[in-house]
Amino acid sequence: MSSALVKNSLSWVIGGPQGSGVDSAANIFSRACAQGGLHLFGKREYYSNIKGDHSYFTVRVAENPVNSHLDEINILVTFDAETVFRHAHKVAKGGAIIYDSSLVNISINEVPTIDDQSSIRISDILNTAGYPTTIQGILDFAKSNGCVVYGLPYFEMIEDLARGLNDPSLSKLTRMVNVIALSSSLALLKFDKKQLIKAIQTVFQTKPKVLGNNIAAAEYAYSYIGKKYDIAQFIYMLEPRPPLKEYLLVQGNQASAMGKIIGGCRFQTYYPITPASDDSEFLEANQIFDLTSGAKGSIVVVQTEDEIAAITMAISAALTGVRSATATSGPGFSLMAEALGWAGMNEVPVVITLYQRTGPSTGLPTRHEQSDLLFAIHAGHGEFPRIVFASGDIEEAFYDSIKVFNLAEKYQLPVIHMLDKALANSIKTCKKFDQHKVPIERGDLISKVDENLSTRSGGHYLRFRLSDNPVSTRVPLGTENAIFWNTGDEHTEEGHITEDPDLRNKMVSKRMNKLEKALSEIPIEDKLVCFEFGKSTGDITVVSWGSTKGAIIEAMEMLARRGKGIRFIQLRLLHPFPSYEMMNLLKNTRLLIDIEMNYTSQLASLIKQHTGSDIDYRIVKFNGRPMSTSEVYYAVSAILEGTSQKRIVLEHGT
Amino acid sequence: MALKLAEYKTTVHNDWCAGCGDFGILNAIQMALHEMQIPRHRAVIFSGIGCSGKTPHFINTYGVHTLHGRVLPFAQGAKLANPDLEIIALGGDGDGLGIGAGHFVGAGRKNVDIPYILFNNAVYGLTKGQASPTLKLGMKTKSLSQPNSNSSVNPISLALVAGYTFIARSYSYDVRHLRDVIIKAIQHKGLAYVDVLQPCPTYNDINTREWFQGQDNIDQESGHQVPRIYKIEDRGYDGVVHNTNELGNKMAQVLDIANEWGSKIPIGIFYQNEFVPTYHERISQHISDYATNPPAKQPLCTTEGVPLADISKLLSALRIDN
Ligand SMILES: Cc1ncc(C[n+]2csc(CCOP(=O)(O)OP(=O)(O)O)c2C)c(N)n1
Ligand code: SF4
Ligand SMILES: [Mg+2]
Repeated sequence: MSSALVKNSLSWVIGGPQGSGVDSAANIFSRACAQGGLHLFGKREYYSNIKGDHSYFTVRVAENPVNSHLDEINILVTFDAETVFRHAHKVAKGGAIIYDSSLVNISINEVPTIDDQSSIRISDILNTAGYPTTIQGILDFAKSNGCVVYGLPYFEMIEDLARGLNDPSLSKLTRMVNVIALSSSLALLKFDKKQLIKAIQTVFQTKPKVLGNNIAAAEYAYSYIGKKYDIAQFIYMLEPRPPLKEYLLVQGNQASAMGKIIGGCRFQTYYPITPASDDSEFLEANQIFDLTSGAKGSIVVVQTEDEIAAITMAISAALTGVRSATATSGPGFSLMAEALGWAGMNEVPVVITLYQRTGPSTGLPTRHEQSDLLFAIHAGHGEFPRIVFASGDIEEAFYDSIKVFNLAEKYQLPVIHMLDKALANSIKTCKKFDQHKVPIERGDLISKVDENLSTRSGGHYLRFRLSDNPVSTRVPLGTENAIFWNTGDEHTEEGHITEDPDLRNKMVSKRMNKLEKALSEIPIEDKLVCFEFGKSTGDITVVSWGSTKGAIIEAMEMLARRGKGIRFIQLRLLHPFPSYEMMNLLKNTRLLIDIEMNYTSQLASLIKQHTGSDIDYRIVKFNGRPMSTSEVYYAVSAILEGTSQKRIVLEHGT
Repeated sequence: MALKLAEYKTTVHNDWCAGCGDFGILNAIQMALHEMQIPRHRAVIFSGIGCSGKTPHFINTYGVHTLHGRVLPFAQGAKLANPDLEIIALGGDGDGLGIGAGHFVGAGRKNVDIPYILFNNAVYGLTKGQASPTLKLGMKTKSLSQPNSNSSVNPISLALVAGYTFIARSYSYDVRHLRDVIIKAIQHKGLAYVDVLQPCPTYNDINTREWFQGQDNIDQESGHQVPRIYKIEDRGYDGVVHNTNELGNKMAQVLDIANEWGSKIPIGIFYQNEFVPTYHERISQHISDYATNPPAKQPLCTTEGVPLADISKLLSALRIDN
């Protein structure tokens, strides 16, 4: 059955019950590949559950940078029955399934954590193909699809390993089944064992007690696989390449948090919520950091009683001149709406990092969606200026975390930085972040006011001076000669309540004019990025925003290889909307395709609203699982071939 | 040169109803600031929404008139970012104990070093006299069509169980007493709650000035009217926790006296416990230079905008070529 060897191009999946070491196995695998000079993109999928429910991790490995996942699986690594049932039928021809050989007689009904819908779906597939609904049945089905299956007697392997180690503590070793499983997969891939050991050493750096056993388990798996199988028969292999110099292996939420430290954020509040908490927890764990001067800086992270407290505390910290943020997800952001308006009214620069997840209500709490775009633009009553800015990948998340503070301070308004679950929980190899690439710009902020400035206006400092329209000089609370007031009511230049119609007109206009100013000053690359593929003339244009970027770019590259010319516009500044630039770019567009992770094509309605352009095709997805390159490719192909409906709902994902 | 009392006052038109208890509270706050000679630019008055919420506009220091119910998180945020500010939080009873009740409790758990003055008039003044959380069950004030169907919350007991480390009550027409209580609340190390009995002549026709003065509270023997309000210190009450052994007793006596209402209403300092670490001290446990280098004092970049933070170590930990 051997065909041509597939080197360094692989989609690897490991799954298991939540809490059983899936993440750490994926972490070791990713490290090993990356340290071996290979690029990767990994994503984590998990239930809203702490222990027991199915979670899995997909890692795509390649010789060049990758930014998305594929539907096909080339190696499925399992140590429980559920993972086999859920994923085995997705393993592509020539791929492998590693499983626990003691589980073959288990029937799908015996796995309590498989929900009825999934059970019926999988059983239907097997029944139709004429296989029993057992592990053996699904493995036979996979074999009929051209997969190779590797049954490993994990328990016996562990017993054997224990004998070799003279360590009778089997229970401790049982917990290492994840390492045995992942090491077996690397052995099949003919991957350099030294790189694996090095990765284990890095991952268990802080746990020297278990390090030795984990290395022994890896060694054992390599020799076991080597003895039992002819690994040359397996067509996939990973071969180390020259080291990736100046590269990181980094997750989205880490990138955002690190950007905040560099960007000068010194106060962050949060109320726990998936997938936003990781951002705050990373900051908390790294609250003291180095300064270039050799001294130390710090960030105060406050866990509040709710999200209303989180945003209001962040706003008032900003009033003291501090760069301040809060990180949340949909349910929390909903609670912040009223305070957002207060920040707009009082011209307070505050950053809200909005990690979108599946809504409405608690939706699918740990799954992905991009359905808060219009809400972010409109949240809050009344009219006030804000900026809504979306990052498309992990690198952007880092640099944009700095930029959003610049925008907030330059225009003295709240900025909503849109990220999402897919970005937060994915990991990839990317160029080491340049700490000095984005300079800090604090806008019109002064910390000293001379007596004359304040007496100039009859002894009062005019925080909302109309002649500065739209952005007035800001001073932190506590500054001498600069006493001012804030109120959510309409106010005078000093900040006292007024209901004067003329002043009201002027103040509303002053605030709203900031949007025009921002549009005229923000550089184009922060508004949108235009990618051209093949011989693009712009007549076929794909538009999207946020984390769909990776899947779209790769799908477009695949289409370009088939001779197609396509333009892809990634919107970054969503509000105020860069209408002028978009209208220019869409001038010659004959076919406009919108792609996004929501039901209503929210970006499409913005484009129509601001440019007048109609969207010809809409590709949407709302099942909670991020778009794969494969499905974007097939959907766009169908459109180009004229065989597609006007609205395509993508449905892939487990 | 010493600041004059007048310098703590603004010329902003005050639109409270004539005879409103809020005037007394405003005066007492200004007198406290003056007495303590707090530099005007260092003080920030935070308020919620309601008649009470307008107070900062009448005080000539920084003033932040926030959202309905949210004064405490606002006030705490500024204090945590810049501990050098002298912050006073204030608001109505609907504000603090109705819509803001979650923050009332949340703040108790943090013990940030700020005083919180609650204007307790038992009604929602600014929305025209609905029942507030401190109006007693079955009471029917002027603008209610039916007697109040909610039980009242006791802010003194709630403050105690929530963890406030200073709890006092005063009366808006006893401005000197109120001024002194506010000074003590400002001086207290930790979160201080000051409950101010505040007649609202417009909507609360039950707990009026005359009622507090005891017009209808006649001593059977002498036939004289007996003021309802009495000062607990006059009766030898000592609310201060002098050592942690007496904590249980001191807390119990607060709950006891907090229940007095009707013919005798206690005012004074019910409780003070400076053994509980403030939130600033808690932060200093893990950020040792927090007191001298809080968020508001940290420079972020050079004049050219080059960031001062250096995350090389974090980045190295994520590097794969080492
Ligand atoms: C979120 C929200 N809900 C309702 C209101 C309307 N509102 C304004 S003041 C007030 C009640 C004020 O009562 P209290 O807090 O006791 O203050 P007082 O006027 O008695 O001083 C209400 C409900 C509001 N401003 N915001
Ligand atoms: S309504 Fe009551 S609380 Fe409000 S100003 Fe008038 S008297 Fe004072
Ligand atoms: Mg009230």
